[in-house]
Amino acid sequence: MTVVEERPAAPAAPPPRRSNRAWALLRNSWRQLTSMRTALVLLFLLAVAAIPGSVLPQRPVSPEKVTAYYAEHPSLAPKLDNLGGFNVYASAWFAAIYLLLFVSLIGCVTPRLADHFRALRTVPPDAPRRLERLPQHAKATERADDPAVAAQAAATLLRRRRFRTKVREGEDGSWTVSAEKGYLKETGNLLFHIAMLTVLIGVGIGHWYGWHGNRILVEGNDQGFCNSVAQYDESTLGPRVDAADLPFFCLRLTGFQASFQDNGQPKDFNADVDVQTEQDGPWRDGHFTVNYPLRLPEASVHLLGHGYAVQLRFTDRYGQQQTKLVPFLPRDGAFTSEGVASFPDVNIDPRTNKRDVNLQVGFEGVYVPTVDPNGGAASVYPAENDPALFLTAYRGDLGVEVGNPGSVYALDQGQIANGELKKVGGDRPQRLAKGQSYTLDDGTKVEFLGTRPFATLAIRHDPASLYVLIGAVVGLLGLMLSLGGHRRRMWFRITPRGGSGSLVEAGGLPRTDYPGFETEFGELVGAARGPDGGTP
Amino acid sequence: MAELSNQLMAVTVLAYLAAMVLYAAEYAFGNKSHIGRAAQRPARQLVGAGAPVLPPEDVVVEAAPPRDRAALLGQIGVGLNWLAFALHLGTVITRGIAAHRMPWGNMYEFTLTVTLVGSAVWIGVLTRRPALRHLGLFATLALVALLGLVGLVAYAPVGPLVPALNSYWFIIHVSSIILASGILLIGVVPAAMFLVRSGYDSGKRGFPYSLGAKVPAAAALERLTFRLHAFAFPLFTFGALIAGPIWAEASWGRYWNWDPKEVWAFISFIVYAGYLHARATPSIKRSTATWIAILGFATMLMNLFGVNLFFGGLHSYANAGGE
Ligand code: HEM
Repeated sequence: MTVVEERPAAPAAPPPRRSNRAWALLRNSWRQLTSMRTALVLLFLLAVAAIPGSVLPQRPVSPEKVTAYYAEHPSLAPKLDNLGGFNVYASAWFAAIYLLLFVSLIGCVTPRLADHFRALRTVPPDAPRRLERLPQHAKATERADDPAVAAQAAATLLRRRRFRTKVREGEDGSWTVSAEKGYLKETGNLLFHIAMLTVLIGVGIGHWYGWHGNRILVEGNDQGFCNSVAQYDESTLGPRVDAADLPFFCLRLTGFQASFQDNGQPKDFNADVDVQTEQDGPWRDGHFTVNYPLRLPEASVHLLGHGYAVQLRFTDRYGQQQTKLVPFLPRDGAFTSEGVASFPDVNIDPRTNKRDVNLQVGFEGVYVPTVDPNGGAASVYPAENDPALFLTAYRGDLGVEVGNPGSVYALDQGQIANGELKKVGGDRPQRLAKGQSYTLDDGTKVEFLGTRPFATLAIRHDPASLYVLIGAVVGLLGLMLSLGGHRRRMWFRITPRGGSGSLVEAGGLPRTDYPGFETEFGELVGAARGPDGGTP
Repeated sequence: MAELSNQLMAVTVLAYLAAMVLYAAEYAFGNKSHIGRAAQRPARQLVGAGAPVLPPEDVVVEAAPPRDRAALLGQIGVGLNWLAFALHLGTVITRGIAAHRMPWGNMYEFTLTVTLVGSAVWIGVLTRRPALRHLGLFATLALVALLGLVGLVAYAPVGPLVPALNSYWFIIHVSSIILASGILLIGVVPAAMFLVRSGYDSGKRGFPYSLGAKVPAAAALERLTFRLHAFAFPLFTFGALIAGPIWAEASWGRYWNWDPKEVWAFISFIVYAGYLHARATPSIKRSTATWIAILGFATMLMNLFGVNLFFGGLHSYANAGGE
């Protein structure tokens, strides 16, 4: 059976002169906290506490689902939110459980570590008086050589099998050989538990000193970006990271290809970039795809998705032209994509040079890379086999000055609702093919110049990830040693036989559950009896 | 090929069913098995008869009736079990050929392969310890139940892998989890039967404890449970907590995302760690520890079926329909 006693209480210390209740309470709680039972309860609590995070949407994973949950359960959601329900793994109660568990772990491992070091330096104990009481026992058999020689032979045999061995000579001329093996089991177990501590610490360091940002990067040298918080669509810096700490690099997407199966499922992606990693340094070629990120010195660039950016040219009442390249977000697997193009600075009378907010223009668009031959509204294939752009034009006050930055992917619905921004050109969106243009009621013109692919990038840095990986691998090795190892003891007692020769008796004790011990014991005893070993 | 795979799948289930029926017949018509009888003698525990207690020679000879028809049925059951395994292997291989990739791109294929591993482990156990044949009824029951369920609710036509799955870390990640799950699937059989048998031993006679009359000794079942779990646990740890995160880091940039699949893998890890702890704690009863192992398997099932069906997530292969 597995021999893991709850650690025996330390030999009762002499009672302190003035017994201190608080101290006793503290010591008792500590002993409770570091007991195997408590560890089990805490493990169980941790498992249960992890469940809500898979049931409720989690803000760091899918903020949009949290928003949707708020809309569906307006009264419940705020309550759940107060309890940390939408960010379970960062909540105080989740942290409380794992911190307690790890305190318990430290309290449990430290004394065991000390015990184990001691055990590693102690010689195996002398044979018990009555070997026949042990789980394994072999009756005495005869051997031709005398006890000292026989004992040395047995010891050599055991040492060769990597038992730690001690030979003792008794006063009556008898010899005992004690041997123990399987210390690696406990070593492995301690290694495993310590490795888990290091993994937790590594995860913490990664959280404090890591950062990440998401960014849509449109193909083209004019669309590059450099690493800074302002350039990201969304970013999170660890508590110990300052915006100024971000390493320097710039990226330009020089080419992006996506290929698809006939059924529209994606087959391959490939992103080619130019990278600059030093200010004014050279631009190098880089390349990445799904599963194969671009590794920069202090960041890695991952391809999360892609889509089409639509290029529009608007010619205003005074003949001024403006071109916009706007990423349209795919809304389904066939890349029916939606986006808006806003032109706040158009229709400015060159004579007065004053902007008329009521003459701003915006377009809502749906881009369809392959139109449905049956007339459906959605795209039927993700590649641009038969593309079309559907535009709805609005004129009026876009609302961009009110101090509300709004979304770059939708027009301000409030402005539309209150009539400040009006639909022009009828209710049906205008369909445009590449190169086509469309003239609005006031003679202004919008032209669909074409599209460029864009890539959605996640850019991250976690300074501790390698360290966490090493911790996890060491932990796994420890776990395997621990689960595969067996601690066991062997004893031989060799007594002189009247006249010459000796009698060899053996006993064995598996200290942990070890089904194969009987066989091993048999082999060892057979070998120790020597070639002339008699039958029992 | 895909069609062949589907037909083989149907035949496979039938073959397991046939094996199960024969195991059941042996179970029903056999007297208390030799094993059962031998096991009732207080075995010399502690000594490592860890391996399921093999009956000492003399007991078998003494106990075996001259012509044991029931045992014959059981042996035929074993033969059918082998056949079913071969068909099962054929199902998986033809599926892989049809898809031009490892056959574990969706829930249907994943389960198909997990049960194949389970079947192989069971046959391995059976070959090394023929005395455990009486577990056959329950092992094949588990296989048939899972195969039937997945065939009914999660069948998906052959399709290509999405590029996100096109990585050798994916292969390492999924194959180690499949191996671990298959072993744990078979591990749950002796675990459940240990609980039944110890209930029976303590005098309970109602269903399901009545089933305990003819299964191997409690201690033997308990040790088999432990050994299967001790073998599977590091594999699972490697697959879910090392290879998976390495792949996730390459794919999404973060090695751990707490998406529902990861949450449940974490829960399984913790619960199985709890089992190993409980088993190593002398003050905790073995039956309590074994319940924790069964709970662990329930969390694995939750991850395989529940998460795929109820929660979305980043794990795109988690889709039930393999769209
Ligand atoms: C962070 C949570 C923990 C996890 C995931 C964990 C996991 C494990 C696992 C998987 C085993 C079995 C493998 C082996 O024998 O090495 C084990 C064994 C063990 N754990 Fe933990 N453990 C945790 C915390 C603790 C704590 C807090 C204690 C102390 C109270 C503890 C004490 C032990 C002991 C003494 C064993 C040895 C069992 C044996 O010898 O078979 N563990 N642990």
